[in-house]
Amino acid sequence: MGKKQLRRMDLIFANDEDFRDILKQTLARPNEEIIEDMISSGLKGRGGAGFPTGLKWKLTAEEKAKNKYIICNADEGEPGTFKDREILTQVSYKVLAGMAVCAKITGAKEGFIYLRGEYKFLVPLLNQELDKFHSACSELGLKFNVKIFMGSGAYICGEESALMESMEGRRGEPRNKPPFPTVKGYRGCPTVINNVETLAHTFTIFKYGPRKFRDLGVQDSRGSKLFSVSGDTPTPGIYELELGMTVQDFVDDFGDGDTKAVQVGGASGFLVPRKRFKETAIGYQGKLTGISLPTGGSMMIYNSSRSMYNVLNNYLDFFQEESCGQCTPCRVGCQQLVKGVDAVKRGDKPTAYLDKLLKLTDTMKFTAKCGLGQSVANSFQSIVENFREEMIY
Amino acid sequence: MTEIQTLVKDLAQSHGRSRESLLPILQGIIEKDRFISEYAMIEVAKELDISTAEVYGTASFYSFLDTEKRGKYVIRVCKTITCAMKGKNQILLALEDTLKINLGETTPDKKFSILETNCLGWCHKAPAMLINDDVYTELTPEMVRQIIEDYRKREA
Amino acid sequence: MAKIINLTINGIAVSIEEDKTILEAAEKLNIKIPTLCYHKDLCVAGNCRVCVVEQVGSKKLLAACANPVHEGMEIETNSLIVRNSRKHIIELLLSEHNADCTKCYKNGNCELQELSSEYKITNSDFIDLVPSKNYQIDTLSPSLVKDDSKCIRCQRCVRTCSEIQHLSALSVAHKGDHMKISSFFDKPMNEVVCSNCGQCIIHCPTGALVERNYIEEVWDALADPDLHVVVQTAPAVRVGLGEEFDSYGSRVTGKMVSALKRLGFNSVLDTDFTADLTILEEGTELLTRLKKSIVGKENGVQLPMFTSCSPGWIKFIEHSFPEYLDNLSTCKSPQQMFGALAKTYYAQSRGIESDKIVSVSIMPCTAKKYEADRPEMRDSGYKDVDYVLTTRELAIMIKQAGIEFNNLDDEKFDKLMGNSSGAAVIFGSTGGVMEAALRTAYELVTGREVPFKNLEIIPVRGMKGIKEASVLIENPVDDWKFLDGVELKCAIAHGLENAHQLLTDIKAKKAEYHFVEVMACPGGCLGGGGQPIPTSPEIRAKRMKAIYDEDKDKPIRKSHENPEVAQLYEEFLGKPLGEKSHKLLHTHYTPRDRY
Repeated sequence: MGKKQLRRMDLIFANDEDFRDILKQTLARPNEEIIEDMISSGLKGRGGAGFPTGLKWKLTAEEKAKNKYIICNADEGEPGTFKDREILTQVSYKVLAGMAVCAKITGAKEGFIYLRGEYKFLVPLLNQELDKFHSACSELGLKFNVKIFMGSGAYICGEESALMESMEGRRGEPRNKPPFPTVKGYRGCPTVINNVETLAHTFTIFKYGPRKFRDLGVQDSRGSKLFSVSGDTPTPGIYELELGMTVQDFVDDFGDGDTKAVQVGGASGFLVPRKRFKETAIGYQGKLTGISLPTGGSMMIYNSSRSMYNVLNNYLDFFQEESCGQCTPCRVGCQQLVKGVDAVKRGDKPTAYLDKLLKLTDTMKFTAKCGLGQSVANSFQSIVENFREEMIY
Repeated sequence: MTEIQTLVKDLAQSHGRSRESLLPILQGIIEKDRFISEYAMIEVAKELDISTAEVYGTASFYSFLDTEKRGKYVIRVCKTITCAMKGKNQILLALEDTLKINLGETTPDKKFSILETNCLGWCHKAPAMLINDDVYTELTPEMVRQIIEDYRKREA
Repeated sequence: MAKIINLTINGIAVSIEEDKTILEAAEKLNIKIPTLCYHKDLCVAGNCRVCVVEQVGSKKLLAACANPVHEGMEIETNSLIVRNSRKHIIELLLSEHNADCTKCYKNGNCELQELSSEYKITNSDFIDLVPSKNYQIDTLSPSLVKDDSKCIRCQRCVRTCSEIQHLSALSVAHKGDHMKISSFFDKPMNEVVCSNCGQCIIHCPTGALVERNYIEEVWDALADPDLHVVVQTAPAVRVGLGEEFDSYGSRVTGKMVSALKRLGFNSVLDTDFTADLTILEEGTELLTRLKKSIVGKENGVQLPMFTSCSPGWIKFIEHSFPEYLDNLSTCKSPQQMFGALAKTYYAQSRGIESDKIVSVSIMPCTAKKYEADRPEMRDSGYKDVDYVLTTRELAIMIKQAGIEFNNLDDEKFDKLMGNSSGAAVIFGSTGGVMEAALRTAYELVTGREVPFKNLEIIPVRGMKGIKEASVLIENPVDDWKFLDGVELKCAIAHGLENAHQLLTDIKAKKAEYHFVEVMACPGGCLGGGGQPIPTSPEIRAKRMKAIYDEDKDKPIRKSHENPEVAQLYEEFLGKPLGEKSHKLLHTHYTPRDRY
């Protein structure tokens, strides 16, 4: 098809034989310097929320507490995301190195990988890697132990405070914030919780310095990012690309020539219709030109053969089931959305009812207790507003 | 001591008896029995000294901690968007046809249960399913029949 | 000293300590922010989202109950976005709720109904989710009814059952659209570790948890000319009932008696009478146990002795500490003593056939309904107490009868089992049984009044969760010489969480006592699960003050000076712990599963 190709990066999955040396060098550096590097690299959380990683580490380091914890969030549950699994399969040592350095900076002695139940088959491999890691730590004089904690099938546990509730043996219900985990996290202690990919990127920064990372991407969205590409594409898979590309560039590279829309950021992200491909860039919300979208890296491509009604229905079903159920706007809101779009489609409710549902999603965005309930509005609004005709009878 | 009591005691022994051990203990029961019975939950509550309602409330929150009796092999077919687009229903039909049971049911010989689940994280290789902890991807109805056949042979 | 934070709410400046919430700051300004899941007795949940407010400059709204104040914060509680969101949330709750208000037991006393009325939710067109929910109503408990179709999932009951009562008979189960409040495997409440205390009921904002009511049964009995209906009223009812008629912290004993007479009860008597009786039986039992232990050096004498007046506590200990059942006083509760006497002593004295007597009790308690249903509570040969009504049910009957309660004249209890001492009245408060027992026991043993000013044993009073007191016995009379120099150690707990703590300490031998009083509800019976709704620490404090005021005003302050009790022993029972007492006034307990 003679498609334009985006530049493929190869930082995350590059096999670095020198990992022990890098870890040793980094652990020998002063904390302030490492934090400074992390901040100046511009690295932001790769789970989707985009909090600056260096700042998170710094805040936790500044807390005075007897116990602190480092948690690697491997509860990758967002529909269309599968990159973390691949990182843990191929280069888990980078993730562990990131946790080790963070432990040194913050003074944490214990770390956890919260692994989603769906990835249980990874446990034997990870245990091998952990053995190697622990021997490296003791060699380098770092007292730090990492354990795996298994999830058991609950999307909401990817939300950091729900994850901690789950680790404490309870239902994965998100907590009130503040306090934030950096102050009061796991077991009520200061906790750094980072996404798998974020931690893997820290290794790149340790190895090459912040500059190399910062030079990638644009403005507020620095570095490379793993994208999980699926849907109507001839080349599904995981790709490391620079942040800041437009959806058009992405579609030119990965689409099947008939792309109707791209869902960026999974079910909790936004649907970008064809008419907005050019003006929409992929990165954290900031000063990018046009519309910019934060993303955990899920890119689901839909071609002309797909019904956006079915797509929306599938998402809403997902949210209705995976909501923890504790807060009103999310628990009841999701049920109303599922039943509401169905009623409009069947003609049981007037098309104007869609406007009421749109307002309802605004309320969910403003008032839900956690990111799940707040972000249902993203896909709902972007699909209903752009494909209204597909929603009605 | 009953088998369950021994199992729960052993799990509590290895994971500890604090509230934090609840999930690992429940997961241990699942690994062995594929579901957590009322009786098992009472034993867990005793070991951890928490209320049975809390054990039940916590277990029922997690999709993989089944509280209904399941077969030895629990098949979970991913129903989230990409798998749905790539033929999940055909996979399900093939399973139902091969096992002669409907979604949500367990075969009379208690070997297989068919369930649906949310995103398994294999969207680039859709459709996908789990059989217990093992993943099967890029499925076709023919493959599904073959996979079940293989499991049956193993059981015979 | 906590740092002081300055902020504005609706443009009005307010200063408050830094650990306070936006809700508390608003309260300080008399700005009302609606709440549902928030309750002053419980930890903050922040899940109903009805209390959302706008923080100027923020894209999201904040839950006022869960967000701490910050310096320079600008909060709007009534902006357009707040109002619209709040309305949406109420609409959502209503869509999931069986909003058949006119047919609801809580009609007129429902926080959701009130909010809906306040926001004039008249034309909500959200889809009714109730038909798809397959809701079940659990009516199998003699104490409470759980109707999931009225539940708004605020989790107040769950927090109550765990934080106040340490039972967690209720928990949250499932997630997403299936999330619900559930017992273990959703079993009926009469099959789980429920104490029947009713604290969940008085903390429930809607009609999802209500008492099992026996109003119609009592009306039927009153209407039957062949029946003789006697009623007894527990001490805490008289300091709570007024609230149902908008009078907080008032004592309405006389009006209550007057109302009961107007309702048609043939005899209006007082549970306080059997409270005095309890003191004599239980006090004697305690002294006997002490004697056996100290003089007889008998092994197997169970000390400390626990009080047995509170049926929620009894059910709790049967489940949670069955190894301590022998420590419970064998005395029935005053309600059940009364019931057993009503169909024997009272019947004989009045010349009425026992099977024509219907015995009704008015209690601040829902566990009393369960207690009356126990198979062992039929020592009179009949069901000792036929119907137990809560304070709330009595108020409903008074209203149904068209009685203008506040305009009633005071009347006096009927004779025979209607007289009581101040010591009996304070049974309604935490520490009250202990104080009453000490007043009598000390005097019995030493021949002198208990050495506290005005008989007020201050160390056993108040709202502290676990209280301790000790009384040194000096120069006892001859019969009790062995107690000379003994320091009688006592402890008091209210709320089952505190009871659990106290028993755990006793079990671990961290604490040793002779006598322990436990009441299942916070504040004692005055904070009982059958009392008027709402409840709060302030409301309970007012009721407590009223109880002690009532004691002060009584001509008789000590149980053993109650002349009707003396008459009872003389004419009928013989002596405390005598044969007849043993048959009618004492009971045994049943170990139950803890899990």
